[in-house]
Amino acid sequence: MSDISYKVIVGLEIHVQLRTKTKMFCSCALGFGEEANSRVCPVCLGMPGSLPVMNKQAVEYSMLASLALNCPVASFTKWDRKSYYYPDLPKNYQISQYDLPLGGEGYIEIPLDGGRTKRIRITRAHLEEDAGKNLHTAGSFSQVDLNRAGTPLLEIVTEPDMNSAEEVKALAVELQRIMRYLGVSEGDMQKGHMRFEPNINLVITRPDGQFRTPIVEVKNLNSFRALERSVAYEIERQLDEFQETGRTLEMGNKSTRGWNDDDQVTVLQREKEEAHDYRYFPDPDLVPVTTTPEWLDQIKAQLCELPLARQARYVAEYGLSDYDAGVLTGERATADFFEQTLNAAGEPKRVCNLLTQVGLKLAHERDGDLSSLGVEPAAVADLAKMADAGTVSATAAGTILEAMVETGKQPDVLAEELNLIQKSDAGELEGIVVQILTENPQVVEQIAAGGKKSKKAQGFLLGQVMQKTQGQANPKVVSEILQRKLNG
Amino acid sequence: MSPGKQTAIELGKQIGAGQTSSLDATKAVFASIDRLEPTVGAFISLFRDEALAKAQDVDRRIAAGEPVGALAGLPVAVKDVLCTRFGATTCGSRILENFHAPYDATVIRKLLDADAVIVGKTNMDEFAMGSSTENSSLKQTVNPWDPSRVPGGSSGGSAAAVAARLCSVALGSDTGGSVRQPASFCGVVGLKPTYGRVSRYGLVAYGSSLDQVGPLAQTVSDAALMLNVIAGHDPADSTSVDETVAPVEDYLQRIDEPVEGLKIGVVPAFNAGAETPIQSALTAALDVYSNAGAEIVEIEMPHLDYAIAAYYVIATAEASGNLARYDGVHYGHRTEHPADYVEVYSKSREEALGQEVKRRIMLGTYALSSGYYDAYYLKALKVRNLIRRDFTRAFEQCDAILMPVAPTTAFKIGEKMDDPLKMYLSDIYTISANLAGLPGISIPCGLDGNDLPIGLQIMTPAFTEGKLLRIARMFENATDWHTRKPAMVES
Repeated sequence: MSDISYKVIVGLEIHVQLRTKTKMFCSCALGFGEEANSRVCPVCLGMPGSLPVMNKQAVEYSMLASLALNCPVASFTKWDRKSYYYPDLPKNYQISQYDLPLGGEGYIEIPLDGGRTKRIRITRAHLEEDAGKNLHTAGSFSQVDLNRAGTPLLEIVTEPDMNSAEEVKALAVELQRIMRYLGVSEGDMQKGHMRFEPNINLVITRPDGQFRTPIVEVKNLNSFRALERSVAYEIERQLDEFQETGRTLEMGNKSTRGWNDDDQVTVLQREKEEAHDYRYFPDPDLVPVTTTPEWLDQIKAQLCELPLARQARYVAEYGLSDYDAGVLTGERATADFFEQTLNAAGEPKRVCNLLTQVGLKLAHERDGDLSSLGVEPAAVADLAKMADAGTVSATAAGTILEAMVETGKQPDVLAEELNLIQKSDAGELEGIVVQILTENPQVVEQIAAGGKKSKKAQGFLLGQVMQKTQGQANPKVVSEILQRKLNG
Repeated sequence: MSPGKQTAIELGKQIGAGQTSSLDATKAVFASIDRLEPTVGAFISLFRDEALAKAQDVDRRIAAGEPVGALAGLPVAVKDVLCTRFGATTCGSRILENFHAPYDATVIRKLLDADAVIVGKTNMDEFAMGSSTENSSLKQTVNPWDPSRVPGGSSGGSAAAVAARLCSVALGSDTGGSVRQPASFCGVVGLKPTYGRVSRYGLVAYGSSLDQVGPLAQTVSDAALMLNVIAGHDPADSTSVDETVAPVEDYLQRIDEPVEGLKIGVVPAFNAGAETPIQSALTAALDVYSNAGAEIVEIEMPHLDYAIAAYYVIATAEASGNLARYDGVHYGHRTEHPADYVEVYSKSREEALGQEVKRRIMLGTYALSSGYYDAYYLKALKVRNLIRRDFTRAFEQCDAILMPVAPTTAFKIGEKMDDPLKMYLSDIYTISANLAGLPGISIPCGLDGNDLPIGLQIMTPAFTEGKLLRIARMFENATDWHTRKPAMVES
């Protein structure tokens, strides 16, 4: 068994809910968690005689997303009916796009460990309407909630270019970051704004040849964790199954499995992919969409620097670590705030630490982003400048930022009020150093003796000085004086 | 005072001038309904109390000098395929027998805004699929000229109601001839506007790319009056046309102006398929136009022969999607004891959809199926384009095309029910206007040996309803066929 190796092959289908105010083909407001069937009208209920009217904003969001994913926007596209019967689908057809998707073949760069990236090809991106929800909580019958029916979804399909559960997760996270950057989706996983369906199989190499395991599609995953774990689980399961049964892709059809989050396993849903005939045909109720060059230019103007490019630039331009750059570019509001602060003043690493270690924590506690803290980037720049100049310590700067958020006061005022200004006056500090040295003759001797204990002893003396000054001494200045006194 | 004696325009003028009241006119209509409806069977539902109340309200406003709409006080009937907040909207189907729409179709809203008095909703072939109204699952409508015969279809109820003067004017819908053919069978005027001229919002869909709402009326001017009210862009219907591209006219304003230098096109080879009396009536009609100074030109339209084949693929394909929603889940008939959710679908549909509807759903489903799409649906679309091109070329040579409305006059009830193909051929002359999206009108132009009405069809280029109505009016001015009434109507 040890002479077996395998390669993981995964492609993804992702449904992204767009951030429009209203549904794809009617004027019902999008919502979440409202009373069942409270956000419905004759159109999204599929009432006789009702007609769909295209939501232009949804098309524009999809154009923007397509551009960001390097998918060429079709100059001519149309709407098709996809027919199948299901109680959550009121018309028993879904308005979708079949042979002329809005976004054509493109690619997405995903970040991997150590600042590496990988390019995953995108097959297509098309717009469609969501279905409602079947509820099975009422006993002997089921109920249907159509609040979600007609919600605009961008379906993105990738090529099978991912080769590990980590890569799959990286793509999902990166896609969420891009959608949020562009403002085309809230990307809120708890609200089902992004739903993933990975197609997974293995290419197994053994001394007797190469074998491909049957493809499994895991349906409807709505968290990064479930996505990553279900792929990891499938890899193990398919390897085991192959070793037990020897079943290959050629012998069995694609099957569909669901993720059981309680047991952390995938569960078989449909053994054989039914030969679905969706009988696609152009929806005669809607007119085709022509994307003129002028319109496309307007959308292109809304494109921004994408997060991964921005992350790389932070590393190259500001010398930040890939990790820090990743945190700063996690949300567009954070990166924008960071750059606005730097534009005013401040050393990049200093500003980064203030914003990621204190600012983001405060923002998340308040369910907001940096721009919602009520602190101006210029004020944060002033604070960073104070820390850079040694006027306040790094720790004190963090305390001041918290106080700025709470009081709205300026950093210099708060540094005074909170008594956090560092003593950097060499003359005054020298007196204190001399006093400490006099009080600790054994320690001075230890240092003079050199060796392992010497460093620790110096730290002890620095600590004594800080204690004496109630933490207000500038440690850098104290160290310099200590060095001079001990060596002199 | 009775719609039996007056056109809608005449009655409207009298009501507006206070010479007669809408209440009296509406009462007179209901008196006729009480007398004739048991025989004719034009209506699926009647709104006597609401109609009388509305009539009184209109009378009061007129007396008070308040502004009223273009149809103020006129008794109007609407086909039961148009959604109304009041009453049921059945489409002649048992699956929607008790369906109450939560909204008004745009054309219904426009009628109400124009102060029409809606007296009832008329019978029709189930989901507008048929040419005789015999496919209604709810009742039978007969031809007022001969109750042993069909009124035509699918807007047979509306045509019969106008012919028997059970209303002043009515609305129908026309997917393959469903306004024009029953108008022809019942000796009234039936207008199918250009596709996109009138909103389809609230018109229960059969073939979405073909459906269009149109009026049935006693005269061409009455049809123009109705078109004035219902025409126009509707933001709720993406396929209704932008009025900056195709402006809406006042269709009454110039209706009595003859078209100068009129050129009429005919397709002799195609017309030969009609019964002899119909061909004779057509020849006589051409003479009327010649005498009025028109030039008659013979044209070729080589693809018209394929219209029925293309139509029954495209219309049924669209219908298979449009009618998928009648599944017993959200509204309409639901089977009593389904074993599982699949049976909710299959049994509900099996129990409550009629034979012809099932036939067309099957046809359309087949035409769209994987492996058959290119051979049927796609090919039908190509034929449709060729037919459009035939019309474009024809209209380079003439202003209007004249042809029969149907190959026969009203046939006997039951005569074609066992032979769907024969029934489908009833639409041979009307279908091409739907495929090409063009306006077409049927006007009375004669009676056959059985004293049954014959219709004359006129078609013009897209969005030229103004001209179409003027050409039709020229014929009316020169003849008196439009004044003939079935014997059951008191003169």
